[in-house]
Amino acid sequence: MGTVVFLPGNGSDPMTLLVENLKKNFASPDGSTQAVVNIDHFVLGNAEQLAVEGRSGTGKTTFLNLIAGILQADSGTIAIDGEEMSGLSESKRDVLRARKIGYIFQTFNLLQGFTALENVILGMTFGPGADEEFALGLLERVGLKNRADYRPRQLSVGQQQRVALARALANRPRLVLADEPTGNLDSRSAFESLELIREVSLENRASLLLVSHDRRILERFDTVTRFEDINRATE
Amino acid sequence: MLFRIVRKSLRQHIVSTTVTALAIALAAGLVMSVFAIQRQTYAAFTGGDIGFDAVLGARGSQLQLVLNTVFHLETSPGNIPYSLYKEIAGNAQVELAIPYAVGDNYEGFRIVGTTEEIFTEFGFRRGKKFQPEPGGRFFDSDAQEAVIGSFAARETGLKIGDIFQPYHGLIFDEKNRHNDDYTVVGILEPTNSPSDRVIWIPLDGIYRMSGHVLRGAGENYTAQTGETIPDEAKEVSAVMLKFKSPQAGMNLDQLINRQGKAATLAFPIGRTMAELFDKLGWVNRVLELVAYLVVVVAAFSILAGIYNSINERRREFAIFRALGARRPTVFAVILLEAVSVAAIGTLLGYCVFILIMWATAFIVREQTGVVLDIFRFEWALVFTPLLMIIVGAVAGILPALKAYRTDVAENLSPVS
Repeated sequence: MGTVVFLPGNGSDPMTLLVENLKKNFASPDGSTQAVVNIDHFVLGNAEQLAVEGRSGTGKTTFLNLIAGILQADSGTIAIDGEEMSGLSESKRDVLRARKIGYIFQTFNLLQGFTALENVILGMTFGPGADEEFALGLLERVGLKNRADYRPRQLSVGQQQRVALARALANRPRLVLADEPTGNLDSRSAFESLELIREVSLENRASLLLVSHDRRILERFDTVTRFEDINRATE
Repeated sequence: MLFRIVRKSLRQHIVSTTVTALAIALAAGLVMSVFAIQRQTYAAFTGGDIGFDAVLGARGSQLQLVLNTVFHLETSPGNIPYSLYKEIAGNAQVELAIPYAVGDNYEGFRIVGTTEEIFTEFGFRRGKKFQPEPGGRFFDSDAQEAVIGSFAARETGLKIGDIFQPYHGLIFDEKNRHNDDYTVVGILEPTNSPSDRVIWIPLDGIYRMSGHVLRGAGENYTAQTGETIPDEAKEVSAVMLKFKSPQAGMNLDQLINRQGKAATLAFPIGRTMAELFDKLGWVNRVLELVAYLVVVVAAFSILAGIYNSINERRREFAIFRALGARRPTVFAVILLEAVSVAAIGTLLGYCVFILIMWATAFIVREQTGVVLDIFRFEWALVFTPLLMIIVGAVAGILPALKAYRTDVAENLSPVS
């Protein structure tokens, strides 16, 4: 079983993420219920960066979606920055997600009709509110200030991924979730992208929870947890 | 940002947005036009100041009498003796009595025989009398001269100094040409009234027109050149009247319509026309129904246009939700799109309204001489946009609900 390591902090720093007795079932085609997520205990400390390794289909995305409040757990608790999410209504979970969570999707999920800058602004619109200057600053940090007016189809895959990163940080989140963020990139771009994600998350004091099955990426982390080790549903 | 999202979406689906907006424009333009035309034609035909209070004519339909003499439409209901004209002109309650004799035309424009008082005494609108354009004058009652309304002059091409022959009847038929030469001596300045379509000649000219037979005395009488026509032989088609007081009209209405049997007095003129519009009220209702049906079609156009796009946009809504947008926010975006399309369409609808009004005004002016004011304020121009925006909002509810129900996890990209 992998080891969960906390970055040292003082006793007053709240844990960014605390998961307890989390369960999520889905209905199978034959009508039976199948457990997809069954996690007793999971924590992520303040500004901690953790990679979770797992094979495809083991429920990693479901786990991330539960943390993000996109899905509601059947039971258990999820607390973000001390704020209990699992008992909240969907609307309140949406608000919490807008304020505290940034999400980098596997295929980026950028809006094709919006420019890079507009995509980043969207990341903050439903939370702290649009701040064009801050959004431009993020694009500059990821090296895309000169591409601010470009639409996603006018950007390379690597550039799109950087826009997705900037968007994930636009609402100044406490927690960044990254679901296979380098899955569509070649090795060199993947490493560069990973370093950028880690650096920028650290600069913004956001904890990072990254899921991947790419060994080359996982090797870059000090702390890697195997999803099968924490998720009893995959036993 | 919500408005930016809406603007982007409308631009991304530009074809659908354009088609829907055009449908709304047509609906809005139609609704505004129907109500504006109804109100303006009613006002023009029933309430406008036409200068006369009443019309005296042959026994029969008041409506036909008014249409024939005031609007120069329809056929004349018949003639009345000249003596009746003299009698009413001498009535103490009558301020002005002008005889008309009709029955001829030139290129379809009616020729009206009358006296000089139509130019010297009659005001076609309060304080306004007929004026000849520079270089022209009114006709001499003893001469074969004509004064032409501005519209008739433009359409026939007749100019001052031109000579023309009248044609008998209301249809321009070569077989019915009179062998009488009339000289154009004046063209009237535009009055924006049915009088612009008229060719005025002296009353005596009608009596002496070749082929005309007078039956005022009960026997046929044909005027001879140089010979004075006895009054008892003369007839007139109608007498246009202006009273000294409204009471005069009521007194004469009692005397002529209720007690007499020889003639008909159409009084008040406005009420006679209003009765026509009342009879044709069903036409208005049909037009309104058609307009409202077009609105319903336009509403469905909004609904279909946006609803069909929702499926393609599920991922887009899922991304909004994943970024923290609540369901009501997604609902509001779609509703705002529907309202925006309705608003754009309504703005275009004003162009459609102007086009329809212009075409209608052209036709009405051509046919009756009555002028509609395209740019006159109507409350329909205010209420219709509000109606269309409400229609847009209502049409947007179903697609908005569909977007509201978008499942985030299902519609985001593939899982790992």
